[in-house]
Amino acid sequence: MLAMFFWAFIIGGLICVVGQLMFDVGRMTPGHTMSTLVVVGAILGGFGVYEPLIDFAGAGATIPITSFGNSLVNGALQEADQHGLVGVLTGMFEITSSGISAAVVFSFIGALLFKSKG
Amino acid sequence: MGKKKMTPEQEQYKKLEQKHELKRPVLKNCLKAFLVGGTICLIGQAVSYFYMYFFHFTEQTAGNPTVATMIFFSMLLTGFGVYDHIGQFAGAGSAVPITGFGNSVISAAIEHRTEGFVLGVGGNMFKLAGSVILFGVFSAFAVALIKTLLIMWGVL
Repeated sequence: MLAMFFWAFIIGGLICVVGQLMFDVGRMTPGHTMSTLVVVGAILGGFGVYEPLIDFAGAGATIPITSFGNSLVNGALQEADQHGLVGVLTGMFEITSSGISAAVVFSFIGALLFKSKG
Repeated sequence: MGKKKMTPEQEQYKKLEQKHELKRPVLKNCLKAFLVGGTICLIGQAVSYFYMYFFHFTEQTAGNPTVATMIFFSMLLTGFGVYDHIGQFAGAGSAVPITGFGNSVISAAIEHRTEGFVLGVGGNMFKLAGSVILFGVFSAFAVALIKTLLIMWGVL
């Protein structure tokens, strides 16, 4: 269990370092960096490399934005396995639904509760 | 539109500009990003274990409720104005984890509240996070389509 915390810290930290290098060395905006990382996650998910990383590093792999791309691909593939090509569209948000719904619900609650300080 | 050829004065100015531009402390920034990003993932791992022990999720499925919980934390930190400070210190360390995605949605929602709930909050919520969803969904669509076709044709 302690090893899991250790690897979550290391792998999660390293993915953030990759992002920071894209900021500083690649001169990319945060928006470009996050979009690129999501695409990278989707491609890694397609090759089946991301799932073993989750087994190895736990939240170190599920918390960075790359896992969003991976989950989109996996949801689409799971549904495609049962229903053929249509499943690619119907299953797309199957796994990521928690992230999107949470973002929508909590941001509405946030807008109700908090006032902007700007 | 191609790049215009610069006059000698402009080239001189560009050299002067490069000489005076602040060097980014890449190594220091990376270390900060590593520490903060790692810590956020460490908290995420603790939340994962909470769901695995009390609600019987597995290693693979615990990611879903964990992501939702982390976005909830991100709402509180954004609302109280703490996330901005973390972001200034950590750079990518706070932007790359899913909390950064949550922060971009929530801060847009709070910021545009003065324009009303329909056009302000609703219309601007995904202003920053929209590109992440667009490129995520489109690349996932392409990858999943290719893989499904390859499986159907018996290549994989």
